[in-house]
Amino acid sequence: MTAVADATTLVRAPAEVRSARIRGIIYLILAVGTYGLLASGTEGDVIFRLGEVAGDLDWTVSSKGLATFSAAVFGFLGGWELTRGVGRWSNVALAIALGIFAFAFLGFAAAGKSLSLVGMLDGSVKAATPIAFGALSGVMCERVAVINIGIEGMLLTGAFMGAVMGTIVGPVVGLAAAALAGGVMAAGLAVLAIKYRVDQIIAGVVINIFALGLTSFLSAQILVEDSASYNSPGVLRPIHLPLLSDIPVLGRVLFEQNIFVYAMFLIVAAMTYGLFKTRWGLRARAVGEHPKAADTLGINVFRTRYINVILGGMIAGLGGAYFTLGSVGAFNENMTSGRGYIGLAAMIFGRWHPIGALAAALVFGFADSLQVKLAILDSGIPSEFLLMAPYLVTIVVVAGVVGAARPPAADGQPYVKE
Amino acid sequence: MTKEPEVVGEEPKGRKPPSWLERVAPRNVDWRSLILIPSLAVLSALVVGAVFIVFTEGLDAILPAYRALFSGAFVGWSSISETLLVATPLILAGLAVALGFRAGLFNIGAEGQMTIGGLVAVIAGFSFEGLPAMVHIPLALLAGFVGGALWGFIPGLLRAKTGAHEVITTIMLNFIAFRSLDYILKLPGIQAEGRFDPISQPVQSSARLPRILGWLPMEGADGLRLHVGFLVALAMAWVVHWLLFKTTWGFEFRAVGANPHAAKYGGMSVVVAIVLVMTLSGALAGMAGGNETLGVLGRASPGFTAAIGFDAIALALLGRSHPGGVVLAAILFGALRAGGRTMQVQSEVGIDLIVIIQALIIIFIAAPELVRAIYRVRGGKETGQLTRGWST
Repeated sequence: MTAVADATTLVRAPAEVRSARIRGIIYLILAVGTYGLLASGTEGDVIFRLGEVAGDLDWTVSSKGLATFSAAVFGFLGGWELTRGVGRWSNVALAIALGIFAFAFLGFAAAGKSLSLVGMLDGSVKAATPIAFGALSGVMCERVAVINIGIEGMLLTGAFMGAVMGTIVGPVVGLAAAALAGGVMAAGLAVLAIKYRVDQIIAGVVINIFALGLTSFLSAQILVEDSASYNSPGVLRPIHLPLLSDIPVLGRVLFEQNIFVYAMFLIVAAMTYGLFKTRWGLRARAVGEHPKAADTLGINVFRTRYINVILGGMIAGLGGAYFTLGSVGAFNENMTSGRGYIGLAAMIFGRWHPIGALAAALVFGFADSLQVKLAILDSGIPSEFLLMAPYLVTIVVVAGVVGAARPPAADGQPYVKE
Repeated sequence: MTKEPEVVGEEPKGRKPPSWLERVAPRNVDWRSLILIPSLAVLSALVVGAVFIVFTEGLDAILPAYRALFSGAFVGWSSISETLLVATPLILAGLAVALGFRAGLFNIGAEGQMTIGGLVAVIAGFSFEGLPAMVHIPLALLAGFVGGALWGFIPGLLRAKTGAHEVITTIMLNFIAFRSLDYILKLPGIQAEGRFDPISQPVQSSARLPRILGWLPMEGADGLRLHVGFLVALAMAWVVHWLLFKTTWGFEFRAVGANPHAAKYGGMSVVVAIVLVMTLSGALAGMAGGNETLGVLGRASPGFTAAIGFDAIALALLGRSHPGGVVLAAILFGALRAGGRTMQVQSEVGIDLIVIIQALIIIFIAAPELVRAIYRVRGGKETGQLTRGWST
């Protein structure tokens, strides 16, 4: 048995060897670049503040040492890829290396100053939340082979309904209405994609345009005239989880958040278990990979797709409410400003897996938070480049340079029952 | 090499459903698909739009709103000028998406290509001083063409070489283009002097696209904003038509769209065709951007593309990916936009209603079975399938 296992690990497909080589070379370039640009010219220490106030739990590191370490990690991964190949963990390896690089970069930007790490991580989780909801919605739909480009529109309608119903009735009803609104949008997508077999990408684009037009129109016609009675839901307070919120650093970052963050973790857990450990999940994935085979086995392909797409829409709608009920406290036109597309990117970067999607959303959230911090530090580094990072990473991922992401086999294809 | 045999043989009627290419870019379709369905789609969208007016402003608001919409779009020279002015970039961007559709590529990135093209055109427009307009205008438009071409070349190359789906890469490149615009507009030498917000220097007057309706015998004809870009857009529609249907290249593009495997087997280079189509598509969108910056705005600022690149998808669908159809569809959308502004001013209905109507038009066009079901139109069934999912 071991011989067979060894043979399968040793013999790698030529394409895999080629992309591993490309990755290796890119890592080596990054290693040289990191050393040359960050490590050589940096002096002084950076103080990462881990506690609430300065002086409490400070972590002082040499900026130069951190940059050198980051360069070494890149170099090590480059060597690994060139010789053996990291294989299926290449995305994880990349994420870790980029995480260390982010620290090194922070050390470089804030050399000689202090930086509240807790504040930054807290900001990352907050920025990641709507992205993660969007990505999870995408996973839900694409696992049954319905492409969901309309995440953005579902987030936006969720945000709108959350604000309106949250103001008229109350926050709990607001949350329910947001999920429902996302579900209705998704039902529209499902009917177009499944029943009328409209091209799914076009259907998704339509959902986005329609949602933008609808919410902007209603906002201009109704909300603006009387925002006190329609558009002032207030923000949901953070809930301190007993005991857990007392953990240093992590407690503040993970367990003093509002209900959206907890819901996000719950949905990730439920989806991971549901998709990979239950009969429902097996059926859903079968529909996504080979609908005809699933149909032959007696699985109702259409019903499975409808249910998953609508559930996915409800997740996105709930995530949309984060914008109004979770952070801003009022609806503005086009307030999601492309977060749904970053969610789509996170879904791809996370390889169509709930945990992967969450991890990718956290990485993108970190980039967002980092950009805010850099603007405050006034380091002279243009924040636009960090805002581009999620999109660049996604292009690199779909181009197959970093662990080719494979979508469900039937993704995007309508099913015609014979 | 002017006449080429058709890509797909004549389908026997009423048997196999036509391929997705037939669906989005049909050759011989009966008048029902070509005229009746789009007309009914527009009508249905206006009816549903009226429902939204009833919900927000009441029954009495429909007639004044739509009357203002119509008069703002068609009544009087200034309305017509505005309609065609709005239609100009829509024609070019719609052609960009339609060209991609013909080759089986979904260029969702016209917005980003417009952004880069418009920006490069502006830079060319203010950098050269003292050039005669006869040289400067073509130069600046060409710069927009090249900028957009570059932004279309990247996803084309990625698609051809690595199989990365152009829908994902163009969406991502859109956002990269927006962020790049924010960054570049703040660079010294580009940013307008004395400004702290991201906005470019104004284009030299020698690069501004001249207005073409000044000769009209009426009061205030000089104020009519329709510029020479409209004629350029019409010319480009003719060029795209010629390229697609009268040249070997066009034949290869359509062959690759119809069946890449067969095209490859027939000795065509699928890689070259994909890269070329995406580059040309990006270039057309880039010209649309240049048209906006050189013809209307006179400078570049964040978001100057105003979602025209997304409307372009609707236009290509509505115009059945045919250059002539795209021109007509663009004029219709131009009329909706220009009329929408008048509607916003003269009635209580906001211009965002137009966005809803446009989305509804795409829904009805993309789901012809829906329109058939509502109006009981008979005729060849079509499927809405157009792209082939993420995997290649």
